[in-house]
Amino acid sequence: MVVSEQLDKFFDQKMKNYPTQRSFLVPMLLYTQDELGYLSDEAITYVAGKVGLPELEVRNVVSYYFMLTTKPRGKFNVQVCTNISCMLRGAEEVYDHCQKTLGIGHKQTTPDGLFSLEEVECIGACSWAPAMQVNYDYHEKLKPETVDKILAGYASKTKL
Amino acid sequence: MADLVFHPDEVKVVSKRFGQGAAAIDRYLELDGYKAVKKALEMGADKIIDEMKKSNLRGRGGAGFPAGMKWSFVPKESPKPKYILCNGDESEPGTCKDRLIFEHDPHAVIEGVIIAGIAVGAHQGYIYIRGEYRYLVDIMEKAIAEAYAKGFLGKNICGSGSGYDFECAAHTGAGAYEVGEESALMESLEGKRGIPRIRPPFPAVVGLYGGPTVINNCETLASAPHVILGGGDWYANLGTPKNGGTRLFCLSGHVNRPGVYELPLGYNLKKMIYDVAGGILHGRKLKAVVPGGSSTPLLTADEIDVAMDFDTLMKMQSFLGSGGVVVLDEETCMVKFAQRVMRFYAHESCGWCIPCREGTDWLKKTLTRFHAGGGLKKDIDNIQYLAENMLGRTFCPLGDAAAMPIISIVKKFRSEFEDHLEGRPCPYEPASVEQLPVMR
Repeated sequence: MVVSEQLDKFFDQKMKNYPTQRSFLVPMLLYTQDELGYLSDEAITYVAGKVGLPELEVRNVVSYYFMLTTKPRGKFNVQVCTNISCMLRGAEEVYDHCQKTLGIGHKQTTPDGLFSLEEVECIGACSWAPAMQVNYDYHEKLKPETVDKILAGYASKTKL
Repeated sequence: MADLVFHPDEVKVVSKRFGQGAAAIDRYLELDGYKAVKKALEMGADKIIDEMKKSNLRGRGGAGFPAGMKWSFVPKESPKPKYILCNGDESEPGTCKDRLIFEHDPHAVIEGVIIAGIAVGAHQGYIYIRGEYRYLVDIMEKAIAEAYAKGFLGKNICGSGSGYDFECAAHTGAGAYEVGEESALMESLEGKRGIPRIRPPFPAVVGLYGGPTVINNCETLASAPHVILGGGDWYANLGTPKNGGTRLFCLSGHVNRPGVYELPLGYNLKKMIYDVAGGILHGRKLKAVVPGGSSTPLLTADEIDVAMDFDTLMKMQSFLGSGGVVVLDEETCMVKFAQRVMRFYAHESCGWCIPCREGTDWLKKTLTRFHAGGGLKKDIDNIQYLAENMLGRTFCPLGDAAAMPIISIVKKFRSEFEDHLEGRPCPYEPASVEQLPVMR
């Protein structure tokens, strides 16, 4: 199986909450991506089989949602919000700083596969701007200096 | 996670249980939890809708449609099952209130969904939370499991006497602003691309899986238990006529104390900025305010002595929207601001209808070129013309949402556009990252 047995069972259980088989498709794609890192061809085949849809239809759905990706990315996906509230509080400096520190641009991955960078739209942290998400963790009220510490923290996590 | 803020002018209704550990059901029950559901079961459908109508509770998602009225549109008899949907796909730039509700008071949302269910005779609810809010999905899943364990969800809710069954599930999106639109959210919940549906028929008649559906913002539903417990009249009196209650205002941008404050509807905007949020950063002057999320027309510094309720702002040709108040100081470049707003809408347009898909992209390109100093005099009118031609010509309100702020910026800050003309770089920040080579 492409995903863990535990996740497969979780899907079976969740799909019972809906009257149609495909309803849980979007969360299923996201959870699968969380486990595998990205939606590989095998993953899409697996999900399509699970919900009883042609692969093409699943890919059609995948292409609509910004969080879903069919390309591998870094272990830590750094998503900097530069929308209005964050922009007014200096998000562009934060994003530039991330680009310089990591040496990569929008939707690129570092050669060691550790970090990916993304400039994203509003992540709902407007009152605590500027903010970014690393995978699902929120980091708020950022300054270029604090970003360094946060990124170093993630880098050291893998060394242990 | 996100810090809480306090101000003496706050009237805490929805935020009453914030910071008190109410995400755990035992603590929630100590704080009057699930009493409203019990009361609603005794009241019955008609009385609930009456109280909701009396409360003047208007949709907190942005449109401000009276919630009681919305619930009353659902037909009593339906061959298809009815559904309650909680819209927690909060993604309007400037808005960050639902995040706090889900984090601190998830059971209030569940309670609101059950009450809406009793009011319209639905037995299934879904709580849709945006994909980026993964930690909140986990909190909500836990809260739902607790509610099932205590018998507030499932067969015969609140004990065997009720005879009312209600099922509820949390659902997550995967990153799309467009899905916050009601019909697109239904498509997404059915496992499809979030493309809006044409209306009529409205969701109250034909909604999720073709059944009659009530879809409300998370904050609206979280307010419902308070209306039921405190009574419609009490809730209505907290606000102004026709604008009942309180709402969470998310103050952000150039203010000293940004945060989410719960204030009564009709609270003065000037006071909100200078008193509640502590004034403008670095003692600068105010230039403009976005009153309710990025899609609402901006107010200038001279227009801020207004009561923040739906009707007053409508008279000002703006909207109260989602409660995201973004404050811009005198050093903000309005062209750049307009460009950033348009970049967002161009990114989020689903491409289903042409005025929005092409209009947002064209406006984004024009504004980007304009900000970089490559603007022409006729572009100013062209921007206005393009935006006006998007208004009311799209399936869903995203086209309007993109057009409205731009129209107001061009109208109210035209001189700033003129300052950028003839190859002059932006007067506010010469070294902008958006700069393109000057086109002559």
